[in-house]
Amino acid sequence: MPIHEKSLIRPENIKSHDELVIEGIDVSGHWSTFIQSRVVTDYNEELEEEISALPGGEYIHRCFQCGSCTNACTVNALNADFNPRYWIYLIRMGMEEELLRDKEIIWQCVSCNKCTYICPRDVAPEGVMKATSHWLELKGHTPKSHSTIFDEVFTDQVMETGMIEESRTIRGFFGRTKQSLTQGWLIEMVKRLMRNLPVEMLIKLGLATFLRPRTKNWGAARDAMKEYAQEQHALHRKALKLDQVTQSDDSNTANQETN
Amino acid sequence: MSENKEKYKNVAYYPGCALEGTGHAYNKSTKAIGKALDLGLEEVKNWNCCGAMEVKNVDPKLQTYLSSRVMSIASNEMKHDVVMAPCNGCYHNLKKAEYDLENDAASVEVVEQISKKAGHETYKAGSIETIHALDWIKKAVGEEELEKKIKGGLKGLKVANYYGCMYTRPRNIFPEKDQGGDSESTDKPHYMDDLLAVAGADNVDFPLKTACCGGAHTLSDSDTSTKLVLNILMAAEASGAEVIATECPTCHSGLEMHQIRAEKMFGKKTNVKIVYFTQLLGMALGLSKRKVGLQENISDSYALMKEKGIA
Repeated sequence: MPIHEKSLIRPENIKSHDELVIEGIDVSGHWSTFIQSRVVTDYNEELEEEISALPGGEYIHRCFQCGSCTNACTVNALNADFNPRYWIYLIRMGMEEELLRDKEIIWQCVSCNKCTYICPRDVAPEGVMKATSHWLELKGHTPKSHSTIFDEVFTDQVMETGMIEESRTIRGFFGRTKQSLTQGWLIEMVKRLMRNLPVEMLIKLGLATFLRPRTKNWGAARDAMKEYAQEQHALHRKALKLDQVTQSDDSNTANQETN
Repeated sequence: MSENKEKYKNVAYYPGCALEGTGHAYNKSTKAIGKALDLGLEEVKNWNCCGAMEVKNVDPKLQTYLSSRVMSIASNEMKHDVVMAPCNGCYHNLKKAEYDLENDAASVEVVEQISKKAGHETYKAGSIETIHALDWIKKAVGEEELEKKIKGGLKGLKVANYYGCMYTRPRNIFPEKDQGGDSESTDKPHYMDDLLAVAGADNVDFPLKTACCGGAHTLSDSDTSTKLVLNILMAAEASGAEVIATECPTCHSGLEMHQIRAEKMFGKKTNVKIVYFTQLLGMALGLSKRKVGLQENISDSYALMKEKGIA
């Protein structure tokens, strides 16, 4: 399947005039369309280096722009603007402002790994998508995506107890993203689940929400993991030169409250 | 061959978090077919979460540590050579940890450092073999022996076999696949097809075997997941399938959940039923619907199974 990518000429750069006369010649209307020249003045020469410093972005330098990732991409099939090849190009060229145009969708990578499977240069584009999403958030270009919030709620719970109890994760996620738990489709799902569920299973699931399942003697592992996470977080901030900017550190997952 | 089979008859069992919750029917049916086929499963003692995709997203090496702890207990403490994980996510993560610890010195260093502080033996690459529930039946029993044990069978039930993402991608963490012969294919996986065919299913030609269900964003970007699931459900129906057989609790609950969501939010109703392959295999072996937890699924397939004379 060929890749159909968008034109780099944007609607706002196309100029036509309802009434325009140049040197006595009437050039009104769209028969004579002008394209505003595009000048890039905002190269961020450190962009590739910064994204390489975050987990998943390590191999971005290997890319030779074959486009196999975009061609294989699950999300690209739903939204043509989701274009890993193009973003890798922009990052390597340092075209930060262009990249920021797509800042609201980069986090939507579903990690299906079709790109990483097909990539002839082992760039691991799935990792690059994660690194780029984290970069956008760390730099303050976007708030934390729902995906990042889910990852944090989940990771906090694993660090605390060693295990996941799903209803707690779901409640924590809906709470932190301020979403209602009484959405029609969720209620319908619970209703259909209850219809046939044997009583002993109901009791077991109900109990799990009160008696949290946990790994025994987990304290030392928890502390070691938190220590490592904090070290890594400090390293990432340093690589992005964020240390001098702010003291308040709300993105440190290890410091997040647990539910 | 038979000697090789012995290796897989008694294995360490790593159910993982999902099988204690939404995937309970998968847990129940996996244990039930193990019993019916005289296979031994010893649950990994005091296991922890494999790290799933979420911890990997926060920091890949933390996920490597979490998975390595499970393998360390199974090999160092319980002296097993093989650990079986029915969940695609757990299976994938144990495989990924194995690959990283074999090939990446930085991962080895982090895992050593955390394991030491946590007070347990560090997992050494190559100490244990991680397999999926599909490998388990295939290697410990095999089609020939399985065929002899089928009671009743699946009576030509039309099945679309759905493998998902984590069972085959990326290729590098599955060095045993794509080796020709009886090995699994990462491009066109066939282990589930093979086993269910022996059990009497009529496998349909299903093009989306390894498509993504959007499980990673099932709650954080639900519309995307619903669209991806709807593709899978509609393709299965167009292929003539009555049920979709699953091998992963995240895929399974994602398909069930977004089947309802597609109906409620997009007005797209699909009728194909969603069943764990272990439930189908269990019923083909003559186990009751209760033994395989058929009615613990949200997708209600009992009427269909009864009509077909399977349950």
